[in-house]
This record gives sequence, structure tokens and C-alpha cells, in this order.
Amino acid sequence: MPSQNEKMKAYWRKNLQTLFILLLVWFAVSFGCGILFVDQLNEIRLGGYKLGFWFAQQGSIFAFVILIFVYVARMNRLDREFDVDEE
Amino acid sequence: MEILTWTYILVGISFALYIGIAIWSRAGSTQEFYVAGGGVSPLANGMATAADWMSAASFISMAGIISFAGYDGSVYLMGWTGGYVLLALLLAPYLRKFGKFTVPDFVGDRYYSNTAKVVAVICALFISFTYVAGQMRGVGIVFSRYLEVPIEWGVVIGMCIVFFYAVLGGMKGITYTQVAQYCVLIFAYMVPAIFISMQLTGNPIPQLGLGGEVADGTPLLDKLDGVLAELGFAAYTSGRKSITDIFMITLALMVGTAGLPHVIVRFFTVPRVKDARLSAGYALVFIAILYTTAPAIAAFGMYNAIDSTSEKNISGLPEWISTWQKTNLISVEDKNGDGKVQYVADPVANELTIDRDIMVLASPEIAQLPNWVVGLVAAGAMAAALSTAAGLLLVISTSVSRDLFKTFKPEISEKRELRIARIAAAGAVLLAGYFGVNPPGFVAQVVAFAFGLAAASFFPVIIMGIFSSRINKEGAISGMITGLVFTIGYIIYFKFISPETNNAEYWWFGVSPEGIGSIGMILNFIVCVTISKFTPAPPQAVQDMVQEIRIPRGAGKAQDH
Repeated sequence: MPSQNEKMKAYWRKNLQTLFILLLVWFAVSFGCGILFVDQLNEIRLGGYKLGFWFAQQGSIFAFVILIFVYVARMNRLDREFDVDEE
Repeated sequence: MEILTWTYILVGISFALYIGIAIWSRAGSTQEFYVAGGGVSPLANGMATAADWMSAASFISMAGIISFAGYDGSVYLMGWTGGYVLLALLLAPYLRKFGKFTVPDFVGDRYYSNTAKVVAVICALFISFTYVAGQMRGVGIVFSRYLEVPIEWGVVIGMCIVFFYAVLGGMKGITYTQVAQYCVLIFAYMVPAIFISMQLTGNPIPQLGLGGEVADGTPLLDKLDGVLAELGFAAYTSGRKSITDIFMITLALMVGTAGLPHVIVRFFTVPRVKDARLSAGYALVFIAILYTTAPAIAAFGMYNAIDSTSEKNISGLPEWISTWQKTNLISVEDKNGDGKVQYVADPVANELTIDRDIMVLASPEIAQLPNWVVGLVAAGAMAAALSTAAGLLLVISTSVSRDLFKTFKPEISEKRELRIARIAAAGAVLLAGYFGVNPPGFVAQVVAFAFGLAAASFFPVIIMGIFSSRINKEGAISGMITGLVFTIGYIIYFKFISPETNNAEYWWFGVSPEGIGSIGMILNFIVCVTISKFTPAPPQAVQDMVQEIRIPRGAGKAQDH
């Protein structure tokens, strides 16, 4: 059985991996789709919206909400897996 | 009934509600005063955070700003919501596990230094004061517009209300009044939006209506682009600012949001680490409801304003225009004497001036909704201003009583500390009220910069304090000071010393003063890491503490250690 210390290191590593992936998405939907590539995406339409404009004023915000709830679910599972969750 | 009667009734009922809640939830201990006893449910805390966060500016002005800025207005939408992702993922759970009452608490303990703590207190006070003065002004303006009392009286009434529940109830009173205030403000914001969306696009959901079609079958946004282009304005869906600047402003607002002390402190009030994470999610849901509706109100408002005025006979303008002309928020001047309104980009020929606040304030009248809706919007705007002011006042009073007083006089009794906290809150209310009545000319500009300062000072040292155990006090203090001095210096230079050069040609790397907090933040990080590398590592006890806060189990209630 790995020592407590090793286990906590593994927990922290997994936590950082989760953060990295989620923050990548965070960056992509806002700074990527909403700012850097907005002109290219505006060529595509989503109903009455230009896609880039939609990301900047609607889509990125929806994505932020989803990101936090994915994070909550993922961390709750991780906490249980490593037996560091609260009551 | 008359609009004025409805306004008095609805604003009166909402105030009675807030005061009732305040009496019911008085604080009895410092723990209740600072963090509501640490027993707030994640859902209630999410709602309170949303009300705390959405200020008079979000409620009254944001949609109007977007109306005139079009795509460029996205910086506020993304900036003021994206910060919650950073808050939820990088700050809230760890600070909750740390388990004390304030941001300077954390900085002082993690960097084992009262100097670091005092620097943090100064940042917190500066950020909160600039912000709260703007809120008090907002309260005064709402009062004077809707209740037809002078602005000064509006500020005084607002002060009395906030005084009552912030001083009496502390965080506990504030939390539960903010829950009520959120309900009032979101209802008031959504009702006119839903009706206008239905009238213009036939779709009751404003978020879908914005992408919907107007009566002749063209998509609303395309129609708006076309109409604006005809009048000589830039297209609504394309930006005028440079990509670099948009990027930097958005980043500064996001990071600044995550670094604002009155927002961070809300996550100290929930019982467990997992509640802190969840609560940030709820907060963002509640905020997103308003923030995804705002761009719809913005586009609808602009479309309606042009549609009902441009090239129309001055004598035949809709009634709401003459109503709001009285308050000088709209003015029409027939320069070429043709009896019609010309709304064009060229300032010489333009005959119509619209204040941005009109897009929300006049929305019930534009949609021809009954008079009680106008009263409701007034109550909503008050709720937005009061909830934010109360949250900020609490940070100010906590900073004084706990971070300054208790740090240097640790032996004072709890009862005395609570009294000092209340006196500090009272003093802060008076000072904020004074600035509300006599606003320094720069308040409006400074509020936006509070974010830049929060980004450049707090955010990096908190993040580094959690994610690195090697960063020491030398690094943190020099990092905070570098970020702060650089950002303040840049802003003061372009806003006050040399405002005539405040344009893209002179800005460093094309970054405007609004976005400079991002550069300040990066400098803070660099200085922080470099200095730490060449100075001794933090004591073992601090390194152990960093390991400790990374693990959720054993959070317990927020308390004095």
C-alpha cells in the first residue's frame, strides 16, 4: 500500500490534470472562439447569429456554467476515490 | 394607478422585506458577523453571491453600454462571468479549506508576515472604497429618477437602509437580504426583456430572440447591422477595438473578478469545501441568467430606438421619448429644421442623443407594459445597488476591525472586536454616503480600474500561495507592490496626467488602461517567482499548511486559529 504522502501526491496530480483540461476549454470558448478566431467563425451561422458573435455574447457564458458543474462532479468523484472527501 | 404610486409601493415593500430579514438574522458573534457562522447552504450562497456581484452598473448600465459598443461590449459579458471559472477552480475550494475570514488573513498567514497582510489590507480597502462610492451614487440616481426626490436625499435614504442591515446583521444579515434582493432584481430584469423579445421576434426567451427574426423575416442582428451601416455607424456584430486590446481587457476583468475581496469572502460562508465549489457554480448560473439577457436587451433597445425615431416626425414620436426627455436622458434637437429626427454617426448632423442607461430604465415603457412594471424595475435597480454596497461595506469593516485592529492588538475580547467591526461599518457607510453626494469626478472611471488593481495585486499571490509551496514572503510582497505600482502608474498617467495621449498610438503594446491590469498581473507573477528563487524557502510550517489546504477533508467551520 502506497504511503499517505504518495497518495496525496497522486491526488494533487490528478487535480492539476483536471484543472488543465477544464481551463483549456475555458480559454478556447472565450479567448479562442469569442476573440482570436471571431472573424473566421462569423462566416458560419447559428440561426440568426453569426457563430463568433454568439460565442462572445452567449456561448462562452453557457460553457462557463457547464465547466464549473463538470469540475464539481469530477472533484467529488476524485475526493471519494482518494478518500479525502468530507462526511 | 400612477407610475409614482406603484414605485413607492414596490420599493417600499422590498425595503420592508430587507429590514425584516435583517432583524430576524442579527449577528451575535464575530463569526456570524464575518462569515454568517459558516452555515449558509450552497444554493443560498450562490444567490447571495450573484446579488453581491451584480451592481447598479450591471443592472442599469451594462445593456446600454453593449447597445452602443456592439461586439466590443462582449468584454464585459465574458470578463465578468469567466472570472467565476477561475474562482471555482483555482481559489474558492482552497481558501474555504484554509478556513479564516478574509483575504488579508490568508495573505498574512501564507506569507508569514504582517507587512504582506498590511499591503493586502490596503489593496482591499482601496478596491472596495472606489467601488462602494459608485454604488451609493447609483442608489441616489435611482431614487431621484423614480421617486422624484433630490439625489442627496436618495443617497441618505440608501445609507440608512444599508446602515441598518449591514451594521446590525453583518454577513449573516447581508447574506439573507441578498438572497431576497437577487429574486427582486432578476424578476425586474426579466419581465420587460421577455415582453420586448416577444414583441420584436415572437420568441419569449430573450436569449433565443436575439438570434430570432424581426417581422419582415430578416434576422434581428443582420437587420441591426444594416440599419446602423446606413446611418454611418460601425456594424453591430463587428468590433472597433483591436484584438489585443479586447483580449487584454477581457483577461483583466476575468482575473480581477476572481481577485475581488467581497466576492472571495462569500465562499468562506459555506460549511464544506465541496459546498464552496458547488456554490460558485450556482452563483454563475444566477449571474448568467442576467448576463445572457443583457445582450438581448441591448440589441432590442438599439433596434427599437432607431426604429421609432429615425426619420420620424418630431411631433409624432412615441410617448416614452417625451417622458424621458424630461430627465435629459434623451434629447432631440432639430438642427436642420426639417421637422424629422436624424440619428446618424456624424456628430454635426446627429439630432438625437440617447443616454446608455435608457435601454434598461425605459424598457417597460418601450414595451408598453403596465405601470407596475416600471415600479418593479426601480425596485430591482435599488436591490442591485444596495446588495453590492452592503457586501463591500462588510469587507471594509472586516478589514479594519480584524485585519488591522486584531493583528496589532490580538488580546481584544470578541465583544469589543464585534463593536469595532460595527463602528467601522458605520464609518464606512458615512464615508461612502459622502462620496455619493459629492462624487469625485473620477469615480466612474475608477470603478472599472478596481478590477485591474485586483488582477494585478491579489490574484497572483493567492494563486501562487496555493499552487506553489516555494513562493515566500519576499516574492509575494515585491510582486504585489510591482503589480500595483505599475498598474496605478499606467492608469494615472493616461487618465489624469496626460489624457490627450490616451489612445492606441501611445499605449504600450496597444493595451488600453482598462486592460493594463493583465500586464500588471504578469509582472506580478514574474517578480514573485524570480525574487522567491533567490531568497530562502518559507518555513516548514507554512509549507505544511499549503499541503493541508489542498486536501478537502477536515475543513470544519471558519474560525480563529
